Amino acid sequence: MTAALEIAGLSVAYGGAVQALSGATLTVPEDGFVVLLGANGAGKSTMLKAISGLLPFENGAVTAGSVRFFGEDIAGIPSHRLARKGMLHVREGRCVFPNMSVEDNLSTATFALDGRTPRKTRGFDDIYAYFPQLAARRGTAAGYLSGGEQQMLAIGRALVGDPRLLLVDEASLGLAPLIAREIFDILGRINQDRRLAILVVEQNVALALRHAAYGYILENGVISLEGKAETLMDREAISSRYLGGGHAAVAAH
Amino acid sequence: MDAFLVALLNGLVYGLLVFMVSAGLTLVFGMMGVLNFAHASFYMLGAYAAFLSGRYIGFWGGLIVATLAVGLVGLFSERLLLRKVRSFGHTQELLLTYGLFFVLEELVKLLFGPTPVAYRVPDELRFTAFTIGNSQFPFFRLLMGATALLMFFGTYAALRFTRIGLIVRAAVERPQMVSALGHNVPIVFSGLFAVGSALAGLAGAVAGMYYPTSPAMAHELGSIVFVVVVIGGLGSLNGALAASLLIGVMTSFAVGVESTFGDLFRALGLGGLALPGLEAVQFSSIAGVLPYALMLLVLLWRPAGFAGNRA
Repeated sequence: MTAALEIAGLSVAYGGAVQALSGATLTVPEDGFVVLLGANGAGKSTMLKAISGLLPFENGAVTAGSVRFFGEDIAGIPSHRLARKGMLHVREGRCVFPNMSVEDNLSTATFALDGRTPRKTRGFDDIYAYFPQLAARRGTAAGYLSGGEQQMLAIGRALVGDPRLLLVDEASLGLAPLIAREIFDILGRINQDRRLAILVVEQNVALALRHAAYGYILENGVISLEGKAETLMDREAISSRYLGGGHAAVAAH
Repeated sequence: MDAFLVALLNGLVYGLLVFMVSAGLTLVFGMMGVLNFAHASFYMLGAYAAFLSGRYIGFWGGLIVATLAVGLVGLFSERLLLRKVRSFGHTQELLLTYGLFFVLEELVKLLFGPTPVAYRVPDELRFTAFTIGNSQFPFFRLLMGATALLMFFGTYAALRFTRIGLIVRAAVERPQMVSALGHNVPIVFSGLFAVGSALAGLAGAVAGMYYPTSPAMAHELGSIVFVVVVIGGLGSLNGALAASLLIGVMTSFAVGVESTFGDLFRALGLGGLALPGLEAVQFSSIAGVLPYALMLLVLLWRPAGFAGNRA
């Protein structure tokens, strides 16, 4: 079975000097729900940008390693072509288009269908089914939505592009606990219903591991730990460690 | 009353001309954020392109050729020049286009000479549309105004109702995100720049016939179009139209006022002020300064412009 995503020995540097990721290896199975955990600045967002081809926008570049998307080596393919291959990236901070309506925001993703499925232009009922709140506000400018609704819109917009792999950066950052849980519930449902491979970057360890099947922990640009969600959950050490509790707690085990 | 109407109409037509040139700059500077100082040079190139080609293929053909040719010039300027300096920031963009402004001006002087060329309104369009009192309103001025309005509605509809327009609006708000959604942002921006330039070219082709087609054309409108885009609100087509019309009408009326500052002082009961230099100055002579004064006021009171929504 080919995995949706296979990363091997991936290293990334910004401006040719600042090393953000060194030799990271990670796999997302075809219908897997994988979470990437780590503290601020550990290199989680860098990893997602390296996968979806957004590094050049920030003067970053892959210096070693490979990224395979359903078996295909995707080194150097620009982000818009990756999106058209079915890799959709929900970026940190939601990045909805604030002056455009909810419906128009969804429409912007239909170009990602080019060359794969016939484009649809209106009617996103399948998307609204996951996010009933959005359906009620489809004419509203996205800038007026709450943070949770904006995150839902960003995820919904990615779904419009019919992804084969969904990347979600900081799924719950800045959201109330209840909303954060709702977002993860929905992601879990999407993963189940559509058998869609999902890779989520998250800081809330407990929440993420309750929903995902497998987890990786990134520390200072290096994958320091990986395992099934239940296994990781048992190791209390993780939470203190990734929160910057230092290595003392780990050493005690 | 007649004089008032004539001044108003002239102001509106001049405003619409300014709008034609500003419309492209609204896309290029207002939306993409490219400080294209050479935008008015594209306007000048449009006039010369129409002058050259119009001799062989007639007036209407000349308009089309000028629009396409200047669009191409814009496309190459963006892809070969501006794109290279984009990542270094606005200062480099400004310096580059400032240089382009002078290069184009000198180039035109070399090829066509420093004086106006004989680009004239064709005879079949040289008639009076209507008369007010004893002043005749030439049909060609109406045609200029109509072109400007057509440009406004066309661009507005394209941005508002087409899928390309949707992507352009989204790309302007968040270019990276649009790229992550499957759009080739560099191509979108090149296209937008080309369209903006083409609009300036069309404006030049139409206006060059009525106003003298000379290398100084770019100078005459070069800074005023920036004033319009700033006053109107960055990226707002409606705002640019409103600002253009306001500036046109304001300038037109100011030019018509023959009173001097001395008259104003006397009316205010300040006749005793002994400022002979200032008293002899006519209001009409400050007409050219008014748009800039207006820009200062707008920037002070409403920095986002009439219709600006940028935070």
